[in-house]
Amino acid sequence: MTKDECKNAVIAIIADIAPDEDLSNLKPDVRLRDQLQLDSMDFLDIVMELRKRHGIEVPEADYPKLASLDSCADYLTPKFDAIHAARRAS
Amino acid sequence: MANTSSRIVITGVGLTAPNGNSLAEFRSHLLNGIAGVEWIEVRYMGRLPAGVCHFDPLRYQKKKELRVGTRAGSISIYCAREALADSGLDFAACPKDRVGIYIGCTEHGNVETENEIYAISKFGYDTRFWSHYHNPRTVANNPAGEVSLHLGVTGPAYTIGAACAAGNLGLIHAAQMLRLGEVDLAICGGVSESIHTFGIFAGFKSQGALASNPDPRRASRPFDKGRNGIVVSEGGCLYTLERLDDALARGSKIYGEIAGYCVNSDASDYVLPNPTRQAECIRRAVAHAGLEPRDIHIVNTHATATPQGDIQECEAIRAVFGEGCPDTWVNNTKSFMGHCMGAAGALELAGNLPSFSDKVVHPTINVDDLDPLCALPGLVLNLPKSVAKADTILNNSFGMLGINSTLIVRRYVA
Repeated sequence: MTKDECKNAVIAIIADIAPDEDLSNLKPDVRLRDQLQLDSMDFLDIVMELRKRHGIEVPEADYPKLASLDSCADYLTPKFDAIHAARRAS
Repeated sequence: MANTSSRIVITGVGLTAPNGNSLAEFRSHLLNGIAGVEWIEVRYMGRLPAGVCHFDPLRYQKKKELRVGTRAGSISIYCAREALADSGLDFAACPKDRVGIYIGCTEHGNVETENEIYAISKFGYDTRFWSHYHNPRTVANNPAGEVSLHLGVTGPAYTIGAACAAGNLGLIHAAQMLRLGEVDLAICGGVSESIHTFGIFAGFKSQGALASNPDPRRASRPFDKGRNGIVVSEGGCLYTLERLDDALARGSKIYGEIAGYCVNSDASDYVLPNPTRQAECIRRAVAHAGLEPRDIHIVNTHATATPQGDIQECEAIRAVFGEGCPDTWVNNTKSFMGHCMGAAGALELAGNLPSFSDKVVHPTINVDDLDPLCALPGLVLNLPKSVAKADTILNNSFGMLGINSTLIVRRYVA
Protein backbone atom coordinates (compact mmCIF):
# COMPACT_ATOMS: atom_id res chain seq x y z
CA MET A 1 0.00 0.00 0.00
CA THR A 2 1.30 3.47 -0.84
CA LYS A 3 1.15 6.26 1.70
CA ASP A 4 -1.43 8.06 -0.43
CA GLU A 5 -3.63 4.95 -0.43
CA CYS A 6 -3.25 4.82 3.33
CA LYS A 7 -4.26 8.47 3.67
CA ASN A 8 -7.32 7.82 1.49
CA ALA A 9 -8.34 4.94 3.75
CA VAL A 10 -8.11 7.27 6.76
CA ILE A 11 -10.03 10.03 4.95
CA ALA A 12 -12.78 7.52 4.10
CA ILE A 13 -13.14 6.80 7.82
CA ILE A 14 -13.13 10.49 8.75
CA ALA A 15 -15.81 11.18 6.13
CA ASP A 16 -18.16 8.90 8.07
CA ILE A 17 -17.11 10.17 11.48
CA ALA A 18 -17.34 13.87 10.62
CA PRO A 19 -20.05 13.91 7.93
CA ASP A 20 -20.61 17.67 8.12
CA GLU A 21 -16.97 18.53 7.38
CA ASP A 22 -15.45 19.49 4.02
CA LEU A 23 -12.47 17.15 3.56
CA SER A 24 -11.42 18.34 0.11
CA ASN A 25 -8.61 20.59 1.33
CA LEU A 26 -7.15 18.67 4.23
CA LYS A 27 -3.50 19.58 4.80
CA PRO A 28 -1.55 16.34 5.36
CA ASP A 29 1.07 17.89 7.63
CA VAL A 30 -1.39 19.74 9.94
CA ARG A 31 -3.02 18.10 12.96
CA LEU A 32 -6.47 16.81 12.11
CA ARG A 33 -7.89 18.40 15.27
CA ASP A 34 -6.63 21.78 14.09
CA GLN A 35 -8.51 21.48 10.80
CA LEU A 36 -11.64 19.60 11.78
CA GLN A 37 -14.07 19.55 14.68
CA LEU A 38 -12.89 16.25 16.12
CA ASP A 39 -12.99 15.39 19.81
CA SER A 40 -11.48 12.53 21.77
CA MET A 41 -14.52 10.32 21.14
CA ASP A 42 -14.08 10.88 17.41
CA PHE A 43 -10.48 9.69 17.62
CA LEU A 44 -11.74 6.57 19.36
CA ASP A 45 -14.04 6.17 16.37
CA ILE A 46 -11.06 6.27 14.02
CA VAL A 47 -9.38 3.56 16.11
CA MET A 48 -12.58 1.50 16.11
CA GLU A 49 -13.07 1.81 12.37
CA LEU A 50 -9.46 0.80 11.68
CA ARG A 51 -10.17 -2.30 13.75
CA LYS A 52 -13.54 -3.04 12.11
CA ARG A 53 -12.71 -2.27 8.50
CA HIS A 54 -9.06 -3.27 8.28
CA GLY A 55 -8.29 -5.45 11.29
CA ILE A 56 -5.68 -2.95 12.49
CA GLU A 57 -5.09 -2.52 16.23
CA VAL A 58 -3.78 0.80 17.52
CA PRO A 59 -2.56 0.58 21.14
CA GLU A 60 -3.51 3.57 23.30
CA ALA A 61 0.14 4.59 23.62
CA ASP A 62 0.24 5.09 19.85
CA TYR A 63 -2.84 7.33 19.57
CA PRO A 64 -0.64 10.48 19.14
CA LYS A 65 0.66 8.91 15.93
CA LEU A 66 -2.78 9.47 14.36
CA ALA A 67 -2.48 13.26 14.78
CA SER A 68 -2.14 14.23 11.09
CA LEU A 69 -2.64 12.48 7.74
CA ASP A 70 1.15 12.34 7.24
CA SER A 71 1.72 10.79 10.68
CA CYS A 72 -1.18 8.38 10.06
CA ALA A 73 0.45 7.29 6.80
CA ASP A 74 3.86 6.84 8.42
CA TYR A 75 2.39 4.79 11.25
CA LEU A 76 -0.37 2.86 9.49
CA THR A 77 1.16 1.97 6.10
CA PRO A 78 3.42 -0.77 7.54
CA LYS A 79 0.44 -2.10 9.50
CA PHE A 80 -1.68 -2.24 6.34
CA ASP A 81 1.20 -4.00 4.55
CA ALA A 82 1.54 -6.52 7.38
CA ILE A 83 -2.18 -7.26 7.32
CA HIS A 84 -2.17 -7.70 3.54
CA ALA A 85 0.90 -9.93 3.71
CA ALA A 86 -0.72 -12.08 6.38
CA ARG A 87 -3.88 -12.41 4.26
CA ARG A 88 -1.85 -13.40 1.21
CA ALA A 89 -0.03 -16.01 3.27
CA SER A 90 -3.17 -17.56 4.72
CA MET B 1 -58.46 30.88 41.51
CA ALA B 2 -54.71 30.85 42.15
CA ASN B 3 -52.66 33.97 41.52
CA THR B 4 -50.89 34.44 38.20
CA SER B 5 -47.50 33.34 39.50
CA SER B 6 -48.79 29.90 40.43
CA ARG B 7 -50.98 29.43 37.37
CA ILE B 8 -49.13 27.44 34.70
CA VAL B 9 -49.96 27.74 31.02
CA ILE B 10 -49.00 26.01 27.79
CA THR B 11 -47.44 28.47 25.35
CA GLY B 12 -45.86 26.25 22.68
CA VAL B 13 -46.26 22.78 21.20
CA GLY B 14 -43.75 20.75 19.18
CA LEU B 15 -44.54 17.24 18.11
CA THR B 16 -43.90 14.37 15.79
CA ALA B 17 -46.50 11.64 15.57
CA PRO B 18 -46.97 8.74 13.17
CA ASN B 19 -49.73 10.81 11.54
CA GLY B 20 -48.31 14.32 11.69
CA ASN B 21 -45.19 16.39 12.29
CA SER B 22 -46.90 19.52 13.55
CA LEU B 23 -49.95 20.20 15.67
CA ALA B 24 -51.89 21.52 12.66
CA GLU B 25 -51.16 18.42 10.57
CA PHE B 26 -51.78 16.06 13.47
CA ARG B 27 -55.11 17.70 14.32
CA SER B 28 -56.22 17.73 10.71
CA HIS B 29 -55.56 14.01 10.43
CA LEU B 30 -57.40 13.31 13.70
CA LEU B 31 -60.46 15.14 12.40
CA ASN B 32 -60.30 13.47 9.00
CA GLY B 33 -59.84 9.89 10.16
CA ILE B 34 -56.29 9.53 8.83
CA ALA B 35 -54.31 6.91 10.72
CA GLY B 36 -50.53 6.64 10.70
CA VAL B 37 -49.71 2.98 11.22
CA GLU B 38 -47.62 1.08 8.64
CA TRP B 39 -45.65 -2.11 8.17
CA ILE B 40 -42.06 -2.21 9.38
CA GLU B 41 -39.45 -4.95 9.48
CA VAL B 42 -38.54 -5.76 13.07
CA ARG B 43 -35.24 -7.55 13.71
CA TYR B 44 -35.76 -11.28 14.33
CA MET B 45 -39.56 -10.88 14.06
CA GLY B 46 -40.36 -9.81 10.50
CA ARG B 47 -43.15 -7.55 9.33
CA LEU B 48 -45.28 -5.90 12.01
CA PRO B 49 -47.62 -2.91 12.18
CA ALA B 50 -46.03 0.12 13.86
CA GLY B 51 -46.33 3.87 14.10
CA VAL B 52 -43.33 5.55 12.44
CA CYS B 53 -42.50 9.26 12.60
CA HIS B 54 -41.38 10.84 9.34
CA PHE B 55 -39.98 14.18 10.51
CA ASP B 56 -36.74 15.40 8.97
CA PRO B 57 -34.06 15.13 11.68
CA LEU B 58 -31.67 17.25 9.62
CA ARG B 59 -34.05 20.19 9.96
CA TYR B 60 -32.38 20.98 13.28
CA GLN B 61 -29.46 18.58 13.75
CA LYS B 62 -26.14 18.13 12.03
CA LYS B 63 -25.26 14.74 10.57
CA LYS B 64 -22.67 14.25 13.27
CA GLU B 65 -25.25 14.83 16.02
CA LEU B 66 -27.36 12.11 14.43
CA ARG B 67 -24.41 9.74 14.20
CA VAL B 68 -23.40 10.18 17.83
CA GLY B 69 -26.81 10.61 19.42
CA THR B 70 -29.90 8.46 19.77
CA ARG B 71 -33.26 8.33 18.04
CA ALA B 72 -34.89 9.41 21.32
CA GLY B 73 -32.53 12.36 21.47
CA SER B 74 -33.29 13.27 17.89
CA ILE B 75 -37.05 13.14 18.43
CA SER B 76 -36.60 15.25 21.55
CA ILE B 77 -34.51 17.88 19.79
CA TYR B 78 -36.99 18.15 16.92
CA CYS B 79 -39.92 18.56 19.33
CA ALA B 80 -38.06 21.03 21.56
CA ARG B 81 -37.06 23.24 18.63
CA GLU B 82 -40.59 23.11 17.20
CA ALA B 83 -42.10 24.00 20.59
CA LEU B 84 -39.71 26.92 21.10
CA ALA B 85 -40.43 28.22 17.60
CA ASP B 86 -44.16 27.89 18.22
CA SER B 87 -43.94 29.67 21.57
CA GLY B 88 -42.63 32.89 20.05
CA LEU B 89 -40.04 33.10 22.82
CA ASP B 90 -36.81 34.96 22.15
CA PHE B 91 -34.89 31.92 23.29
CA ALA B 92 -31.48 33.45 22.65
CA ALA B 93 -32.30 36.03 25.30
CA CYS B 94 -33.61 33.50 27.87
CA PRO B 95 -31.23 32.83 30.78
CA LYS B 96 -30.28 29.24 30.05
CA ASP B 97 -29.79 28.35 33.71
CA ARG B 98 -33.47 29.14 34.31
CA VAL B 99 -34.71 26.66 31.71
CA GLY B 100 -35.72 23.14 32.76
CA ILE B 101 -36.04 20.13 30.45
CA TYR B 102 -38.32 17.38 31.76
CA ILE B 103 -38.94 14.51 29.36
CA GLY B 104 -41.05 11.47 30.13
CA CYS B 105 -39.82 8.10 28.87
CA THR B 106 -41.27 4.63 29.03
CA GLU B 107 -37.79 3.16 28.80
CA HIS B 108 -34.49 4.19 27.29
CA GLY B 109 -31.41 2.30 26.15
CA ASN B 110 -32.95 -0.87 24.80
CA VAL B 111 -32.49 0.29 21.21
CA GLU B 112 -28.79 1.05 21.60
CA THR B 113 -28.08 -2.08 23.64
CA GLU B 114 -29.77 -4.33 21.10
CA ASN B 115 -27.90 -2.60 18.29
CA GLU B 116 -24.54 -3.07 19.98
CA ILE B 117 -25.16 -6.74 20.71
CA TYR B 118 -26.20 -7.22 17.10
CA ALA B 119 -23.09 -5.36 15.91
CA ILE B 120 -20.64 -7.45 17.96
CA SER B 121 -22.43 -10.61 16.83
CA LYS B 122 -20.78 -9.87 13.46
CA PHE B 123 -17.39 -9.97 15.18
CA GLY B 124 -17.82 -13.19 17.12
CA TYR B 125 -19.17 -11.31 20.18
CA ASP B 126 -15.75 -9.74 20.69
CA THR B 127 -16.40 -6.82 23.06
CA ARG B 128 -13.46 -4.87 21.59
CA PHE B 129 -16.01 -3.91 18.94
CA TRP B 130 -18.51 -2.52 21.50
CA SER B 131 -19.04 1.21 20.91
CA HIS B 132 -17.53 3.78 23.26
CA TYR B 133 -20.79 5.71 22.75
CA HIS B 134 -22.82 2.99 24.43
CA ASN B 135 -22.90 4.58 27.88
CA PRO B 136 -23.74 8.17 26.90
CA ARG B 137 -26.37 6.80 24.55
CA THR B 138 -28.03 4.57 27.12
CA VAL B 139 -27.98 6.60 30.33
CA ALA B 140 -31.55 7.27 31.38
CA ASN B 141 -31.19 11.04 31.01
CA ASN B 142 -29.99 10.77 27.39
CA PRO B 143 -32.96 12.36 25.58
CA ALA B 144 -33.06 15.37 27.90
CA GLY B 145 -29.28 15.62 27.93
CA GLU B 146 -29.14 15.73 24.14
CA VAL B 147 -31.63 18.62 24.17
CA SER B 148 -29.56 20.49 26.77
CA LEU B 149 -26.41 20.03 24.65
CA HIS B 150 -28.21 21.12 21.50
CA LEU B 151 -29.82 24.21 23.05
CA GLY B 152 -27.08 25.15 25.49
CA VAL B 153 -29.49 24.82 28.41
CA THR B 154 -27.63 24.76 31.73
CA GLY B 155 -30.66 24.34 33.99
CA PRO B 156 -31.99 20.96 35.11
CA ALA B 157 -32.42 18.48 32.25
CA TYR B 158 -33.53 14.96 32.97
CA THR B 159 -35.98 12.27 32.04
CA ILE B 160 -38.81 10.90 34.08
CA GLY B 161 -39.25 7.15 33.87
CA ALA B 162 -42.92 6.39 34.26
CA ALA B 163 -43.76 3.63 31.77
CA CYS B 164 -46.61 4.70 29.52
CA ALA B 165 -47.78 7.38 31.95
CA ALA B 166 -44.57 9.28 31.30
CA GLY B 167 -45.86 11.91 28.87
CA ASN B 168 -48.27 13.26 31.46
CA LEU B 169 -45.57 13.06 34.11
CA GLY B 170 -43.28 15.33 32.10
CA LEU B 171 -45.94 18.05 32.11
CA ILE B 172 -46.94 17.53 35.73
CA HIS B 173 -43.36 17.64 36.97
CA ALA B 174 -42.67 20.77 34.92
CA ALA B 175 -45.72 22.53 36.37
CA GLN B 176 -44.50 21.66 39.85
CA MET B 177 -40.99 22.98 39.16
CA LEU B 178 -42.40 26.23 37.75
CA ARG B 179 -44.62 26.67 40.80
CA LEU B 180 -41.65 26.06 43.07
CA GLY B 181 -39.73 28.75 41.21
CA GLU B 182 -36.95 26.32 40.29
CA VAL B 183 -37.11 27.38 36.63
CA ASP B 184 -38.78 30.12 34.57
CA LEU B 185 -39.37 28.11 31.42
CA ALA B 186 -39.98 24.38 31.09
CA ILE B 187 -39.58 22.27 27.97
CA CYS B 188 -41.54 19.17 28.86
CA GLY B 189 -43.59 16.24 27.71
CA GLY B 190 -42.65 12.77 26.52
CA VAL B 191 -40.83 10.86 23.80
CA SER B 192 -40.47 7.28 22.63
CA GLU B 193 -38.24 5.48 20.14
CA SER B 194 -39.69 2.08 21.01
CA ILE B 195 -40.21 0.78 17.48
CA HIS B 196 -36.43 0.46 17.09
CA THR B 197 -36.18 -2.25 19.74
CA PHE B 198 -37.43 -5.72 18.89
CA GLY B 199 -37.65 -6.47 22.60
CA ILE B 200 -40.73 -4.37 23.20
CA PHE B 201 -42.56 -6.07 20.30
CA ALA B 202 -41.42 -9.51 21.44
CA GLY B 203 -42.38 -8.76 25.02
CA PHE B 204 -45.92 -7.75 24.07
CA LYS B 205 -46.14 -10.73 21.72
CA SER B 206 -45.15 -13.12 24.48
CA GLN B 207 -47.68 -11.43 26.73
CA GLY B 208 -50.42 -11.96 24.11
CA ALA B 209 -50.80 -8.18 23.81
CA LEU B 210 -49.38 -7.35 20.36
CA ALA B 211 -51.85 -6.21 17.70
CA SER B 212 -52.21 -7.93 14.36
CA ASN B 213 -54.40 -7.01 11.39
CA PRO B 214 -54.17 -7.45 7.61
CA ASP B 215 -54.42 -3.64 7.28
CA PRO B 216 -51.93 -1.83 9.54
CA ARG B 217 -54.08 1.32 9.61
CA ARG B 218 -56.83 -0.74 11.22
CA ALA B 219 -54.62 -2.60 13.67
CA SER B 220 -55.07 -0.22 16.60
CA ARG B 221 -58.73 -0.54 17.54
CA PRO B 222 -59.53 0.35 21.14
CA PHE B 223 -63.09 -0.46 22.29
CA ASP B 224 -63.81 -2.62 19.22
CA LYS B 225 -64.80 -6.24 19.83
CA GLY B 226 -62.11 -7.33 17.38
CA ARG B 227 -59.24 -5.57 19.16
CA ASN B 228 -56.29 -7.85 19.80
CA GLY B 229 -53.53 -5.76 21.31
CA ILE B 230 -51.11 -2.88 21.12
CA VAL B 231 -49.57 -1.27 18.04
CA VAL B 232 -46.10 -0.13 19.10
CA SER B 233 -45.25 3.39 17.92
CA GLU B 234 -42.62 6.04 18.26
CA GLY B 235 -43.31 9.71 18.77
CA GLY B 236 -42.63 12.81 20.74
CA CYS B 237 -44.41 15.86 22.05
CA LEU B 238 -42.77 18.62 24.03
CA TYR B 239 -44.41 21.79 25.30
CA THR B 240 -43.19 25.10 26.57
CA LEU B 241 -44.77 25.75 29.94
CA GLU B 242 -44.56 29.10 31.70
CA ARG B 243 -46.06 30.84 34.68
CA LEU B 244 -49.10 32.82 33.59
CA ASP B 245 -47.64 36.18 34.61
CA ASP B 246 -44.56 35.57 32.43
CA ALA B 247 -46.70 34.49 29.49
CA LEU B 248 -48.96 37.54 29.83
CA ALA B 249 -45.99 39.89 30.18
CA ARG B 250 -44.64 38.86 26.80
CA GLY B 251 -48.05 38.73 25.15
CA SER B 252 -47.82 35.02 24.39
CA LYS B 253 -50.60 32.98 22.92
CA ILE B 254 -51.92 30.49 25.45
CA TYR B 255 -53.10 27.03 24.43
CA GLY B 256 -54.52 26.17 27.84
CA GLU B 257 -53.88 26.12 31.56
CA ILE B 258 -52.76 23.21 33.71
CA ALA B 259 -55.84 22.85 35.89
CA GLY B 260 -55.15 19.76 37.96
CA TYR B 261 -53.51 16.39 38.07
CA CYS B 262 -52.95 13.23 40.04
CA VAL B 263 -50.35 10.47 39.97
CA ASN B 264 -50.93 7.31 41.99
CA SER B 265 -50.00 3.63 42.01
CA ASP B 266 -51.98 0.40 41.85
CA ALA B 267 -49.63 -1.56 44.10
CA SER B 268 -51.36 -4.68 42.83
CA ASP B 269 -49.68 -6.20 39.74
CA TYR B 270 -46.72 -5.86 37.38
CA VAL B 271 -48.84 -5.48 34.25
CA LEU B 272 -52.56 -5.78 34.98
CA PRO B 273 -54.30 -2.44 35.49
CA ASN B 274 -56.44 -1.73 38.54
CA PRO B 275 -59.68 0.15 37.80
CA THR B 276 -60.20 1.06 41.45
CA ARG B 277 -56.90 2.95 41.56
CA GLN B 278 -57.48 4.41 38.10
CA ALA B 279 -60.85 5.80 39.24
CA GLU B 280 -59.16 7.14 42.37
CA CYS B 281 -56.56 8.87 40.19
CA ILE B 282 -59.23 10.46 37.98
CA ARG B 283 -61.31 11.61 40.97
CA ARG B 284 -58.33 13.16 42.70
CA ALA B 285 -57.29 15.00 39.55
CA VAL B 286 -60.80 16.40 39.14
CA ALA B 287 -60.83 17.51 42.78
CA HIS B 288 -57.32 18.97 42.42
CA ALA B 289 -58.63 21.11 39.58
CA GLY B 290 -61.49 22.29 41.80
CA LEU B 291 -64.00 20.71 39.42
CA GLU B 292 -66.80 18.15 39.45
CA PRO B 293 -66.92 15.27 36.95
CA ARG B 294 -69.72 17.00 35.03
CA ASP B 295 -67.34 19.92 34.40
CA ILE B 296 -65.02 17.69 32.30
CA HIS B 297 -65.90 18.03 28.62
CA ILE B 298 -63.34 15.72 26.97
CA VAL B 299 -61.97 12.53 28.46
CA ASN B 300 -59.05 11.27 26.38
CA THR B 301 -58.63 7.63 27.30
CA HIS B 302 -55.41 5.71 27.70
CA ALA B 303 -56.99 2.54 26.20
CA THR B 304 -54.36 0.61 24.23
CA ALA B 305 -56.66 -1.96 22.60
CA THR B 306 -55.82 -4.87 24.85
CA PRO B 307 -58.90 -6.98 25.50
CA GLN B 308 -58.82 -6.54 29.28
CA GLY B 309 -57.19 -3.12 29.71
CA ASP B 310 -59.82 -1.24 27.74
CA ILE B 311 -62.62 -2.75 29.77
CA GLN B 312 -60.91 -1.87 33.02
CA GLU B 313 -60.34 1.77 32.07
CA CYS B 314 -63.97 2.01 30.97
CA GLU B 315 -64.97 0.63 34.35
CA ALA B 316 -62.92 3.35 36.04
CA ILE B 317 -64.38 6.10 33.85
CA ARG B 318 -67.91 4.80 34.40
CA ALA B 319 -67.34 4.82 38.15
CA VAL B 320 -66.36 8.51 38.09
CA PHE B 321 -68.63 9.94 35.40
CA GLY B 322 -71.60 7.54 35.56
CA GLU B 323 -74.58 8.58 33.46
CA GLY B 324 -74.98 12.09 34.82
CA CYS B 325 -72.45 14.08 32.78
CA PRO B 326 -74.25 15.14 29.59
CA ASP B 327 -71.42 17.44 28.47
CA THR B 328 -68.66 14.84 28.89
CA TRP B 329 -67.33 13.27 25.67
CA VAL B 330 -64.86 10.40 25.51
CA ASN B 331 -62.31 9.64 22.80
CA ASN B 332 -59.07 7.78 22.08
CA THR B 333 -56.08 8.91 20.03
CA LYS B 334 -54.19 5.59 19.91
CA SER B 335 -56.76 4.35 17.38
CA PHE B 336 -55.00 6.63 14.85
CA MET B 337 -51.34 6.17 15.72
CA GLY B 338 -50.92 3.18 17.98
CA HIS B 339 -49.29 3.44 21.37
CA CYS B 340 -46.51 6.03 21.43
CA MET B 341 -45.44 4.81 24.86
CA GLY B 342 -43.62 7.59 26.73
CA ALA B 343 -44.92 10.14 24.26
CA ALA B 344 -48.52 8.93 24.38
CA GLY B 345 -49.88 11.17 27.12
CA ALA B 346 -48.23 14.32 25.77
CA LEU B 347 -49.22 13.64 22.15
CA GLU B 348 -52.78 12.68 22.99
CA LEU B 349 -53.25 15.88 24.98
CA ALA B 350 -51.91 17.90 22.04
CA GLY B 351 -54.35 16.26 19.65
CA ASN B 352 -57.22 17.50 21.79
CA LEU B 353 -56.01 21.02 22.66
CA PRO B 354 -57.47 22.57 19.48
CA SER B 355 -60.93 21.58 20.77
CA PHE B 356 -60.79 24.69 22.96
CA SER B 357 -61.07 26.80 19.85
CA ASP B 358 -62.90 24.62 17.30
CA LYS B 359 -65.28 22.90 19.77
CA VAL B 360 -64.88 19.62 17.93
CA VAL B 361 -64.01 16.34 19.64
CA HIS B 362 -61.88 14.03 17.52
CA PRO B 363 -63.23 10.49 17.32
CA THR B 364 -61.99 7.04 18.19
CA ILE B 365 -61.61 5.32 14.85
CA ASN B 366 -61.56 1.64 13.84
CA VAL B 367 -64.63 0.81 15.91
CA ASP B 368 -66.72 -1.45 13.66
CA ASP B 369 -68.33 -3.44 16.42
CA LEU B 370 -68.35 -1.68 19.77
CA ASP B 371 -67.62 -3.92 22.72
CA PRO B 372 -70.66 -3.45 24.99
CA LEU B 373 -68.33 -3.48 27.98
CA CYS B 374 -66.65 -0.35 26.51
CA ALA B 375 -69.89 1.42 25.57
CA LEU B 376 -69.35 4.51 27.68
CA PRO B 377 -71.86 7.36 27.53
CA GLY B 378 -70.46 10.12 25.32
CA LEU B 379 -68.03 7.90 23.42
CA VAL B 380 -67.22 9.66 20.13
CA LEU B 381 -66.95 6.95 17.48
CA ASN B 382 -65.49 7.11 13.97
CA LEU B 383 -66.59 10.67 13.14
CA PRO B 384 -65.70 13.93 14.90
CA LYS B 385 -68.39 15.56 16.98
CA SER B 386 -69.18 19.25 17.38
CA VAL B 387 -70.01 19.96 21.00
CA ALA B 388 -71.60 22.79 22.94
CA LYS B 389 -68.87 23.00 25.56
CA ALA B 390 -65.13 22.28 25.21
CA ASP B 391 -63.51 24.02 28.15
CA THR B 392 -61.74 21.12 29.88
CA ILE B 393 -59.69 18.10 28.77
CA LEU B 394 -58.95 15.20 31.09
CA ASN B 395 -56.08 13.08 29.82
CA ASN B 396 -55.48 9.58 31.19
CA SER B 397 -52.14 7.77 30.87
CA PHE B 398 -51.41 4.58 32.70
CA GLY B 399 -48.38 2.31 32.75
CA MET B 400 -46.80 -0.94 33.83
CA LEU B 401 -46.00 -1.54 37.47
CA GLY B 402 -49.30 0.19 38.15
CA ILE B 403 -48.50 3.86 37.61
CA ASN B 404 -51.55 6.00 36.83
CA SER B 405 -51.64 9.63 35.78
CA THR B 406 -54.48 12.00 35.03
CA LEU B 407 -53.85 15.52 33.79
CA ILE B 408 -56.54 18.15 33.35
CA VAL B 409 -56.05 21.17 31.11
CA ARG B 410 -58.65 23.92 30.82
CA ARG B 411 -59.28 26.69 28.35
CA TYR B 412 -57.44 29.78 29.49
CA VAL B 413 -59.74 32.39 31.01
CA ALA B 414 -58.17 35.55 32.40
